Amino acid sequence: MKSMMKRLLLLLCMLWAPAGLAAGGGNEHLDSAYIDLADKGSLRRGAHTFVNYCLSCHEASFMRYERMARDLEIDSNTLKQSMMFAADKPGELMTVNMSDQDAKPWFGVVPPDLSLTARSRGPDWIYTYLRGFYRDGSTPTGWNNTLYPNVAMPHVLYEWQGMRKASYETSADGAKVLAGFEQLRPGTMNAQEYDSAIRNLTNFMVYLAEPAKLVRYRIGFWVMVFMLVFVGLSYLLKKEYWRDVH
Amino acid sequence: MTDQVNSGRRRLLTTVTTSVGLAGAAALTVPLVASMKPSARALAAGAPVEVEIDDLAPGQMKVVEWRGKPVWILRRTEEMLAEMASITGHLSDPDSQVTEQQPAYAQNEHRSIRPDVLVVLGVCTHLGCAPSKAFDKGRASGLGDDWVGGFFCPCHGSTFDLSGRVYKNVPAPTNLVVPPHSYVSDNRIIIGVDEKEATA
Amino acid sequence: MSLMNWIDDRFPLTKVWQEHMAQYYAPKNFNIWYYFGSLALVVLVLQIVTGILLTMHYKPDADLAFASVEYIMRDVPAGWFIRYLHGVGSSMFFLMVYLHMFRAMLYGSHRNPRELIWLLGIVIYVALMAEAFFGYLLPWGNMSYWGAQVIVSLFGAIPWIGEPLAEWIRGDFVISDATLNRFFAFHVILLPLLLALLVYLHIVALHKVGSNNPDGIEIKKNKDKDGIPVDGIPFHPYYTVKDTFGVAVFMTVFLGIVFFVPELDGWFLEKDNFAPADILQTPPEIVPLWYLTPYYSILRAVTFEWLPGGAKLWGVIAMGAAIVMFFFLPWLDRAKVRSIRYRGWMYKTMLMLFAVDFVMLGYLGTVNPGHVNLVWFKNVTWAQIGLVIYFAFFLLMPIYTKLDRTKPEPDRVR
Repeated sequence: MKSMMKRLLLLLCMLWAPAGLAAGGGNEHLDSAYIDLADKGSLRRGAHTFVNYCLSCHEASFMRYERMARDLEIDSNTLKQSMMFAADKPGELMTVNMSDQDAKPWFGVVPPDLSLTARSRGPDWIYTYLRGFYRDGSTPTGWNNTLYPNVAMPHVLYEWQGMRKASYETSADGAKVLAGFEQLRPGTMNAQEYDSAIRNLTNFMVYLAEPAKLVRYRIGFWVMVFMLVFVGLSYLLKKEYWRDVH
Repeated sequence: MTDQVNSGRRRLLTTVTTSVGLAGAAALTVPLVASMKPSARALAAGAPVEVEIDDLAPGQMKVVEWRGKPVWILRRTEEMLAEMASITGHLSDPDSQVTEQQPAYAQNEHRSIRPDVLVVLGVCTHLGCAPSKAFDKGRASGLGDDWVGGFFCPCHGSTFDLSGRVYKNVPAPTNLVVPPHSYVSDNRIIIGVDEKEATA
Repeated sequence: MSLMNWIDDRFPLTKVWQEHMAQYYAPKNFNIWYYFGSLALVVLVLQIVTGILLTMHYKPDADLAFASVEYIMRDVPAGWFIRYLHGVGSSMFFLMVYLHMFRAMLYGSHRNPRELIWLLGIVIYVALMAEAFFGYLLPWGNMSYWGAQVIVSLFGAIPWIGEPLAEWIRGDFVISDATLNRFFAFHVILLPLLLALLVYLHIVALHKVGSNNPDGIEIKKNKDKDGIPVDGIPFHPYYTVKDTFGVAVFMTVFLGIVFFVPELDGWFLEKDNFAPADILQTPPEIVPLWYLTPYYSILRAVTFEWLPGGAKLWGVIAMGAAIVMFFFLPWLDRAKVRSIRYRGWMYKTMLMLFAVDFVMLGYLGTVNPGHVNLVWFKNVTWAQIGLVIYFAFFLLMPIYTKLDRTKPEPDRVR
């Protein structure tokens, strides 16, 4: 009977093993963003980038400024003066004063709400996407993206990254493969600085997608400690009573 | 079954395990109960409200909404303040002894920070009705010949003076509530922020 | 105690306690498999409590539903905890129920005289699948939407009445606000009431005949002079303390998932459901959550166009039949003994094969049928093999359980 149990547990383990496959989706290569929510400085720098560059077109309509300031330890003066451009009160949601009717003719699509992008696309996708822009004269915006071909969004951070050209090669089986980038004009940041800025932004968007994540692990730890004590006690109690039976 | 049951150990383990289990269950109910408290949305909607009072002439009142409740801001005249001093015998709690009804900085003769400006919630302390202005004096008020002006609740007939203090022998048990408030500047009140918080 | 007397004169409280707890004699040889019934009950209670709290904040409206879930996750105090408890709880409920069902098949708990307990149990299982399906639409994520679209469309495969029936279920031509509103009513009122009633009846039926045990023999055959089964022990305190330990271990795992991996890498909460329902864009792969994927696999395995009426209809029939099979289990099993301990190699092999098959079908339901994720064949081919094994387990059961060489049962439990 014991061995049957073991076999069944093994089967259950098999269930978990291919989970990554099921969740992964496409085959495109993604660079790892190395998310670290404990790095409050990174989260704050990401937050500044987010409100200055993303929040002008995209909304984060499930998030409140006040909550962000409290969680990321941003003081109320900084919040009001250099982060709240489209809101009067800290309790307000991070929305944009642009209606969907306006947005459609401007961009061709309504810029998606970014509150949950880190959960629906995954952090690595965001990190790779924001580092994948290049000049392409054939698109309406003059920009294209290696991860999201013909995306409607232009390269908002081109001043940081500069302008690049992508070169593609044709592989043996006829597929188009990205060979590399060629810097056309330098930006204000070098490649390393740019990657680091995008990592901070991605880090912030992971927080943005689930603010509870900051407390979840901490509470969870103490819950586990308590539960293990209770497991121990209930085991001793069970053993004590079952001495009658055995 | 064995006869040598160590009943002391058994009782101890039962007590300890039951207590720890109940403590765990109680801890689990804390977040469940807490979820029914006002949410961040309700708190944001109930955020402090700033009000200009420089347009408020003596004897005039304005009503603003804070946390979904009406807040009365009344600038009282010298005459009103003087007359109120004469009726304290008719009031249930003239010295605002019930401390929950106002912040410490409003627990004074006029129930206000500045003597002339009263800030009070327009919610009857009986069952939550909205009292109405009854500023006319004497017979014209319909509230008796010696009425010096105040507030009257139409639901169950409770009466309050111009400091929101409740009269004796009416259904309402306590004075009207003075909400936390403070002065941002001479003519600007913020409702929802205590005096010491604002100065800090 | 006078209060107890006062109550007992008016309600059989002490009697119920004695009959169902303190003097309910359960076999003394329950093993680990016997934890899952009480654990399923614990999850049911948790689901009801967290469900009531979620209902206070959730809005069953196509324009508001998605945002109201995020409102719960962010603005409601501890809302995220309650939502994760409920979401992880649904998966844990199925896990417990599957293990509980497997226990019955191991030790013959579905056999005479416990057929009705089993039948009620299968009705609970079907009701639970409906409850999970209706609940899954409520977050109004893109996977919620398309999952419901696909499953409701299955009814369209029924000849003649199919399309009108699907429209009647949706209340619209596609999944819409009307569908969301009625699924909400089913999820929070109809099915919870039904489940509570069914679970009550399941336990009443169990206590009428008494529990089976890993040896599959009746403890009531051996009674002492007081009429108490010699191999029985009072449920309280022995099984109450044992089940308390079980609950403690279970809650540790459950809360561990809730706090540390509530999405469980897409198995409990899917990525695509963090994007709101979009009628113009289907997710790359539409799959139900893991507890329904074995049947989804069977549905997709039927690809034979030469079948009269078409493959789609037969896929739906196969899926329905796969669930219906469980109802006949007590009568398909012809073995002289109940427990696997005294059965021959045939039932042992078939049951193991069935368990592996069920897990395999479950996995195949989450991946693209045209790809190769296992060895040798495409996923759809493996699903077809799985389908054959699934039905062979049930339909050949009268033969192999009869042929099987069983061992003699002992007189007393071990």
